[in-house]
Amino acid sequence: MELSGGEIVVQSLIDEGVEFLFGYPGGAVLHLYDAIFHQQKVKHILVRHEQAAVHSADAYARSTGKPGVVIVTSGPGATNAVTGIATAHLDSIPMVIISGQVGTPVIGSDAFQEVDMVGITRPCVKHNFLVKDIADLAVTMKKAFHVATTGRPGPVVVDVPKDITDPAIKIPYVYPKEISMRSYNPVVKGHTGQIKKAVDLLLNAQRPIIYAGGGVILGNGSNELTEFAKLLGYPVTNTLMGLGGYPATDKQFVGMLGMHGTYEANMAMHESDVIIAIGARFDDRVTGKLEEFCPYAKIIHIDIDPSSISKTVKVDVPIVGEVTAVLKEMIALIKASNITCDQKALDAWWSQINKWRDVDCLKYDYSEDIIKPQYVVEQLYEVTKGEAFVTSDVGQHQMFAAQYYHFDKPRRWINSGGLGTMGFGLPAAIGVKLAHPDADVACITGEASIQMCIQELATATQYRTPVKVINLNNRYMGMVRQWQEFSYQSRYSESYMDTIPDFVKLAEAYGHVGMKIEKPIDVRPALEEAFAMKDKLVFMDFITDRTENVFPMIEAGKSHHDMKLRVAPGTPIDRELA
Amino acid sequence: MRHIISILIENESGALSRVAGLFSARGYNIESLTVAPTEDSTLSRMTLVTRGSDEVIEQITKQLNKLIDVVKLIDLAEAVHVERELMLVKVKTMDETREEVRRLAEIFRGKIIDVTSSSYVIEMTGPSDKLDAFVAALDEESLVEVVRSGPMGMSRGEKGLHL
Ligand SMILES: Cc1cc2nc3c(=O)[nH]c(=O)nc-3n(C[C@H](O)[C@H](O)[C@H](O)COP(=O)(O)OP(=O)(O)OC[C@H]3O[C@@H](n4cnc5c(N)ncnc54)[C@H](O)[C@@H]3O)c2cc1C
Ligand SMILES: Cc1ncc(C[n+]2csc(CCOP(=O)(O)OP(=O)(O)O)c2C)c(N)n1
Ligand SMILES: [Mg+2]
Repeated sequence: MELSGGEIVVQSLIDEGVEFLFGYPGGAVLHLYDAIFHQQKVKHILVRHEQAAVHSADAYARSTGKPGVVIVTSGPGATNAVTGIATAHLDSIPMVIISGQVGTPVIGSDAFQEVDMVGITRPCVKHNFLVKDIADLAVTMKKAFHVATTGRPGPVVVDVPKDITDPAIKIPYVYPKEISMRSYNPVVKGHTGQIKKAVDLLLNAQRPIIYAGGGVILGNGSNELTEFAKLLGYPVTNTLMGLGGYPATDKQFVGMLGMHGTYEANMAMHESDVIIAIGARFDDRVTGKLEEFCPYAKIIHIDIDPSSISKTVKVDVPIVGEVTAVLKEMIALIKASNITCDQKALDAWWSQINKWRDVDCLKYDYSEDIIKPQYVVEQLYEVTKGEAFVTSDVGQHQMFAAQYYHFDKPRRWINSGGLGTMGFGLPAAIGVKLAHPDADVACITGEASIQMCIQELATATQYRTPVKVINLNNRYMGMVRQWQEFSYQSRYSESYMDTIPDFVKLAEAYGHVGMKIEKPIDVRPALEEAFAMKDKLVFMDFITDRTENVFPMIEAGKSHHDMKLRVAPGTPIDRELA
Repeated sequence: MRHIISILIENESGALSRVAGLFSARGYNIESLTVAPTEDSTLSRMTLVTRGSDEVIEQITKQLNKLIDVVKLIDLAEAVHVERELMLVKVKTMDETREEVRRLAEIFRGKIIDVTSSSYVIEMTGPSDKLDAFVAALDEESLVEVVRSGPMGMSRGEKGLHL
């Protein structure tokens, strides 16, 4: 089969089994768009801004485990995509981004719509390629998918100059079935000696805790994690990125840890003697003050990326390997071991944890006059029976979503954790809905975040993606306002907007249903009504308490046991444990 | 501590900027960097001198290994190795000083590779501190130009950095 460069790109997407291509056309990719026009297998989703194309494809990947694919034109199309690429990079999401480039003869001449895409994206991709010869095109596409989806996943940019896609130049097309790269060989299996050491340490622990992160979800290790935790009976905490990796409604789950984690999760981390970190990267939102991080603990760390290990926190037993493979080996070793954990110590540990739980750190006062954001999330959880895919933007609403929607399954909680990109939520919801047309998809957002990619309401109309937008409208950049309240004596510098659009009218203008909900008593019925409208995008503008804050909170530079709580803990903490 | 990291990297355009970019983005320092293709034209060899605590050096090697184009690397400081640096020095010469400069170059086993009526260019290789010593021994007034390659190195014995 002889194909042009443009056709090779599209055919390689077909050969990769790509369902959706999120993109936006322009001069440098016109040949590519012509090749897209001539086929039916890959469905192109026309967004309204390139950033959104990347977020939609990213969320498609997060919710399915398959790589997300994007196409943008050179210059402004490419730079618009960068925020999305960086978002995917920090959360290790497998993606392939095809960017158009000016023709090879004029590269470097400040040609029309030329930017050095390989240079601009180098620090925020797993890898990138500039294709300079049509003969390299198919192999490069294969490499891009291979690199994006194996090892620690990540976005890969393929920059394709216009002349490479010229329809007049055709070459024989062969798409490689497999590829091996001498410079890239990610580890799968963990070191057996280290795994044994880890199991010994775990079985001899008195106050153990399992700290599991996004790697469990990325590596499809939820079942293994659950079996592992059940076998040991140890408490489990998840990072923001790990939520859903362990069933949140299970009694061994102590909630999220870190800056806005639960009291019990953070206290248990602080007092523990053995921590096993699984696919988590000791982010500063999780560790707080490094010098005081888990002072009594020996730490085991399973991660596929050696550079995640001992990056910020020095660990005692590093295991480089794929989460599922390593956990399977550990499970087998634990089952075969003649040591059993110290049940008495474990009982004492659990009774201590239960005392911390009794503090009830997520308790808030329901109000009859004003809608509490937490209440909306709780009601959303009930109305969707905990089964919805929930995307979010960035801010207080994101934390409320993480705290009050209990994810029992992986890939249901879709948010930008590492980069914290406002504008992520709506395009993400569209990407998820395309992948899961029969599922309920909710986008929990704030009135500031939603305006960063609001134009995607049009994309949702065009492709009939009836997601539900849950706008927790506190008329503030709440998260910013909260920091200003605590650290800047309530000087609310530029953390509110003088004008906020009428979201109901706005939604209607795009052909959707808008609802404004102002009373607590209306929250539940409105949600039920909205979710009953299966084929409608409903924009739900919840007018919420302006002054609500996210608790618990570990302020910057503080450590795990130094949390700000909504109400002072009533239960005295048994300090003897320390 | 000072470390010499030797890297085999795919000889692709942009490979150098990936390494340099990594150092600037992560705030590591580079004292020197040399790069050239090897006997296998698809591979380049880079020698990089950096300084840092053990933790920093560990992160540097991990981050370098993570670059998709990097095939292999070693930290030469981990074992016995030889290292050499090349230097060219241009000095002003006058009738009175000509002989003295030549003698000095000889003591340091330098070679004079260019002569004009008013200057010498001296070529010298050796460990970096020897080159430092030679430059220090020259009369500052006469020094016109110094260019150094930065060190390159190899581990001793059978151990080596190859595919
Ligand atoms: C407003 C705001 C507040 C936040 N507050 C918190 C908070 O309170 N608590 C919190 O936890 N986070 C919080 N975050 C998120 C935080 O910034 C980080 O994104 C998050 O903590 C990182 O999660 P993680 O450690 O699970 O790592 P991820 O970023 O999910 O990284 C995954 C790790 O797993 C590894 N991995 C990937 N695949 C595999 C595999 N197959 N096998 C083994 N390992 C693998 C990777 O190498 C990596 O080290 C907040 C973010 C925002 C925007
Ligand atoms: C693109 C971008 N710009 C700025 C920020 C900093 N920031 C984090 S949260 C936030 C406020 C978000 O406000 P809103 O969407 O209303 O959410 P709320 O906190 O009120 O729930 C801002 C500005 C960011 N995360 N992303
Ligand atoms: Mg707000």
